Amino acid sequence: MASDNSISNNSTSNNYVEIRGMSFSRGDRLIFNDIDVDIPRGKVTSIMGPSGTGKTTLLRLIGGQLKPMNGSITVDGQNISSLRRKQLYAARERMGMLFQSGALFSDINVFENVAFPLRVHTKLPEDMIRDIVLMKLQAVGLRGARDLMPSELSGGMTRRVALARTIALGPDLVLYDEPFAGQDPIAMGMLVQLIRLLNDALGMTSVLVSHDVSEALSISDHVCIIADGKIIGQGSPKYLKEQGTPLVKQFLQGLPDGPVPFHYPATDYKTDLLTGN
Amino acid sequence: MAEDVVTFHRQSKSILRVLIKGDWNISFGLQNPERFLAHIKSNPETSHVEFDASLLGAWDSSLISYVVSLNALSKEHHLKIDITQLPEGIVRLVALAEAVPEREGAAKNKVKPVFVDDLGSRLINVYAQLSAFITFFGETLLSIARLVKGTAVFRRQDLFIFLQDNGPSSLGIVTLISVLMGMILAFVGAVQLQQFGASIYVASLVGLAMAREMAAMMTAIIMAGRTGAAYAAQLGSMQVNEEVDALKTMGVSPFDFLVLPRTLALVCMMPLLTVYANVMGILGGALVAMIMLDLSWSMYIEQMMATVPLKHFLIGLFKSIIFGVLVALSGCYMGMNSGRSASAVGQATTNAVVLGIVLIIVFDSLVTIVTTVLGV
Repeated sequence: MASDNSISNNSTSNNYVEIRGMSFSRGDRLIFNDIDVDIPRGKVTSIMGPSGTGKTTLLRLIGGQLKPMNGSITVDGQNISSLRRKQLYAARERMGMLFQSGALFSDINVFENVAFPLRVHTKLPEDMIRDIVLMKLQAVGLRGARDLMPSELSGGMTRRVALARTIALGPDLVLYDEPFAGQDPIAMGMLVQLIRLLNDALGMTSVLVSHDVSEALSISDHVCIIADGKIIGQGSPKYLKEQGTPLVKQFLQGLPDGPVPFHYPATDYKTDLLTGN
Repeated sequence: MAEDVVTFHRQSKSILRVLIKGDWNISFGLQNPERFLAHIKSNPETSHVEFDASLLGAWDSSLISYVVSLNALSKEHHLKIDITQLPEGIVRLVALAEAVPEREGAAKNKVKPVFVDDLGSRLINVYAQLSAFITFFGETLLSIARLVKGTAVFRRQDLFIFLQDNGPSSLGIVTLISVLMGMILAFVGAVQLQQFGASIYVASLVGLAMAREMAAMMTAIIMAGRTGAAYAAQLGSMQVNEEVDALKTMGVSPFDFLVLPRTLALVCMMPLLTVYANVMGILGGALVAMIMLDLSWSMYIEQMMATVPLKHFLIGLFKSIIFGVLVALSGCYMGMNSGRSASAVGQATTNAVVLGIVLIIVFDSLVTIVTTVLGV
């Protein structure tokens, strides 16, 4: 991957990902309206916000799976939305994405799942692939589970295997989509630890989309809060807790009502009840 | 509805007392606040509105609705309204109804589509579907180009699994359908041809029909139900499980990895299955000819060889290759474009079979027309 490294060195900016003036909509609904986001290199950044504000969409935009309507998304010095297919696939080799469901291939076992990116993108000899896979599995504590099929794994294990697969190629950027959702406290604690440790040990840049405010804040260097298609707060967790706007505080403290209304926009309650259709 | 459930009384010049009595049930219809409006308009000095519910019977949301509209009207006319005389339940419900003001522009105005409008949007939809399918076809061609260049990424092992599944594993059902097909053709032909003493022509009939049309088409329809549906279900569930996204983020093209081996396997196996179906169909026809018409095996074969030239088999083979492409593409297309829920996968499977069979029949009629015009 010598050529990849030379691309990485092109950019000297402190931010691994820079989003400038980006807008995106699905159908008539404007999901992002002219937002700017910085994701600092080598740090853990959390993207938080109420459900349905498009946090996962933002990850897909960074991963180049979706294209913004306006503005630019620069990942490691490259404008991701203007890349040609081949370059985009090359750029994606340096990104890892951990999906909410884990997205393990259900027809192959744990070992083969982790080996998959290595087999596809490298021509390493089999014994070296075995060493790398076992190292990655050891890092997530599942070396002993290598022969299990994905259907035999618990939710937390699935996600750890998926994490091992995500870091198999040693990516520069890892995107985590709701890594803590639906985990028991022990599994959640392990994942929280792993994300921080792996980020520091492998010198990656991590982006974390999460609802779990306290877990996410505990390991983040930088936080970015989205609501209503806008960035409502960006900075270190300490700064946001102390200096944030009422909306930021509502989110971080988990209050049911506040600047973010409890009610989804609706027609008049009375007319709705009485008129039927 | 009884007209007198609401009456208006004047306590003084400035106070309007609204007397509410009797039963309020929504099935009587809603009370119109117009009389109230008329009252306050005719007495511009009114400044307070009061309620008296001492004679109120049973009530439901029709009363709440009425009170809420009086409330709104009073506010509009800057009157002081006092609803505390009403039963406590009503006061609470009114407070709840007014707790969240209506947001501007939130109501969706449903417009009944005009016929032309509806037709137009359907056509646009068909056009969008068509262009999506053509794009899919193009992506698959690009993927084949990458295969030729040697840059396509897929597991060789997958290809063999699909070859096994589409070929040897489907021999059973192809055998059954083809033998029966040949027998049916022979039966139908025999009844007619016997009347003219031309029963020997059963061999030509079965041979021609199987070679040119039935073998390829029946095999394709079996494969649409068997393989096309399986492809849609496999890819659809991978879509639900985010496996397709995972492939993309790992820099692997889902076309190379998923669509290509599936399409290749089916395209390779279809002509072979068709040849096999031909043999089985002809055997089935021979069985009927020998038992029902007392033709000998050698007569049957001889007659067929003499009257059915090779070109009919070749046309059948050509069609089977295209059928293979159509079935594989419709299965993969529906699977890759499946929604992300369990029911969407079922829908995708159904659509794959329907689309596959429609494409097979349409293409078959096109070939028939073209070959007839060309005289082949």
